[in-house]
Amino acid sequence: MNRIADAFKRPGRKVIPYVTAGDPNPEASLEIIRMLDQEGACAIELGVPYSDPLADGPVIQAASSRALNQGMTLTGVLQLANEARQQGVKAPLILFSYVNPLLRFGLDELVKKAKTSGIDGMIIPDLPYEESGELRHLAEESGLCLIPLVAPTSKERVQRIASEAQGFIYCVSSLGTTGARSSFSAEVEEFLDMVKQVSKVPTAVGFGISQREHVDRFLNHTDAAVVGSALVQRIGERATSLQDVHTRERSLEEIRAFFCELVKGVGTTEANVT
Amino acid sequence: MLTMNKRMENQSSAAKQFGDFGGRFVPETLMNALDELEQGFREAMRDEEFQNELHQLLTEYSGRPTPLTFAANLTKQVGGAKIYLKREDLNHTGAHKINNTLGQGLLAKRMGKEKLIAETGAGQHGVASATVAALLGMECTVFMGEEDVRRQKLNVFRMELLGAKVIPVTSGTRTLKDATNEAIRHWVTHVEDTFYLIGSVVGPHPYPAIVRDFQRVIGDETRRQVQEREGRLPDDVVACIGGGSNSIGMFTAFLQDKDVNLHGVEAAGEGLETHRHAATLTKGSKGVIHGSYTYLLQDEHGQIAPAHSISAGLDYPGIGPEHAHLFDTHQVRYTTATDAEALKAVEALTQSEGILPALESAHAVAEAMKLAEGQREDRIVVICLSGRGDKDVETIRERLGGDAE
Repeated sequence: MNRIADAFKRPGRKVIPYVTAGDPNPEASLEIIRMLDQEGACAIELGVPYSDPLADGPVIQAASSRALNQGMTLTGVLQLANEARQQGVKAPLILFSYVNPLLRFGLDELVKKAKTSGIDGMIIPDLPYEESGELRHLAEESGLCLIPLVAPTSKERVQRIASEAQGFIYCVSSLGTTGARSSFSAEVEEFLDMVKQVSKVPTAVGFGISQREHVDRFLNHTDAAVVGSALVQRIGERATSLQDVHTRERSLEEIRAFFCELVKGVGTTEANVT
Repeated sequence: MLTMNKRMENQSSAAKQFGDFGGRFVPETLMNALDELEQGFREAMRDEEFQNELHQLLTEYSGRPTPLTFAANLTKQVGGAKIYLKREDLNHTGAHKINNTLGQGLLAKRMGKEKLIAETGAGQHGVASATVAALLGMECTVFMGEEDVRRQKLNVFRMELLGAKVIPVTSGTRTLKDATNEAIRHWVTHVEDTFYLIGSVVGPHPYPAIVRDFQRVIGDETRRQVQEREGRLPDDVVACIGGGSNSIGMFTAFLQDKDVNLHGVEAAGEGLETHRHAATLTKGSKGVIHGSYTYLLQDEHGQIAPAHSISAGLDYPGIGPEHAHLFDTHQVRYTTATDAEALKAVEALTQSEGILPALESAHAVAEAMKLAEGQREDRIVVICLSGRGDKDVETIRERLGGDAE
């Protein structure tokens, strides 16, 4: 069974939400994951909170701090994935982590535990192709996908990265850290087309995708769109009410409305994140 | 002795230059820039014109070679081996940092980059970067933790006076670690026109090798100067270590000399038994920080732990990957000095020799005094006096209770 390949074969708009696992607390995080699955997330990225997230902008840095303050750890993220599976979450679950917590955990142990926890793939923003051999090998053995990133600056590297890609290729839309962008250069489509052409697995675009219009624009050039900071910001704005079981439902509905708009391609919800 | 099996690093092009350590653990966006940097660096180092220009700046601008000073009074006071000081404090801008910023500044220019960014802890690397930017007519942005901005107000003003923009960093522990994160984030965003001028032998390959090669002038000069003065090599060479650039710069020239004992001194802060120290090799474990695989201070979950040292320049939870390799292969002995020991060493050197060391360098002075004490008088100890202490006067006054007001 390969949940990722299956998810990309299904028809319809493919949006991959990113959430920092354990933000604003583990219970609310689990509710958010279930909601995203119900609303047709193509896959769900579970961010492992990290003290020094150097590929992330302020929104995800803040989410990382919130989750760390709740005592979230890599073990906790795997437990959360496991619980999500037990509660019937069907979407592929992708662990998004910086490399150091994984090294500390032990790569052998990690791939085993990840697999039994219902994780399908891993994205590691500070583990480029040249450093990823060992983990790619271990992941392959246990049927996990190590999903590589390519950037507009990758140029001739794209071919090499694509040749070893598992699951899908994550295309970084533009230079910079994660976080909403108000505009994208006209060259993004060209880059996405180029990656699509050399890739034997599906592709997705991420970094800065914060509006329905962005998703509309890029889905003609790639298979899926990753939405992180725009979602995490909405979670962050509702951190207090999400932690309270009495007020959680309403906040969850607001986040649901935003996500539905992205997935369904229609809607009238709130203004864009800038 | 701990100095067996010394050998030079081979200059392989593989990213992991230092045994298992080093590498490039950075976002994909930076990978091509690092390749270009490596190629640009190799070409520059082979280019006679580049070498001449660098040599001229080191000589006529920074004042190299820096002297080797026999510390006669301190030697007498300690009672033992002869203590020499390699006077990196006499460089232009007051520390060894300028050796590297002149080199990387010229390299940036040669590679056609107009904008420099740098991280800084104590502010010495920031000042040295701002200085080179002023000299070469380049734009300079310096990232500095808010806590260090507070500790080093004078250096912040110096950088601004030199025309640099100082950005206080408010994330994490608000020190050098976080300034480095922010510099990397900025570089990821502006990689196409910006040169990241890293201040220590840390970061992704090829930075640790670049900074070492620009700093090795310290050890090359020292080796020659000790031989001229004493007719032989020193017995002990001591340097402080934060990221580890002055120490690598000093040690590289002696790595093949099996009779020279090399000592790296990390900051033990308030004590190794507390969590308030920056003793990365002594108390840390292996992992990835700022793009390289090395030793670092981290918790059981792989979260980077905050470091502490009275000296902002040593207040860093990582260490250069070459040091990690030299530690694992026992080519260098690594030890520590506490905040209190460093302060005592400041007083000892200032009062005996009239030389005020930087708090960073004072860690090396503290260890050298221990090594020299009671030794035969014909033994030779060399301290890398990496910087002067003017920037630290305020901190020292707070701690030693001088009543300047």
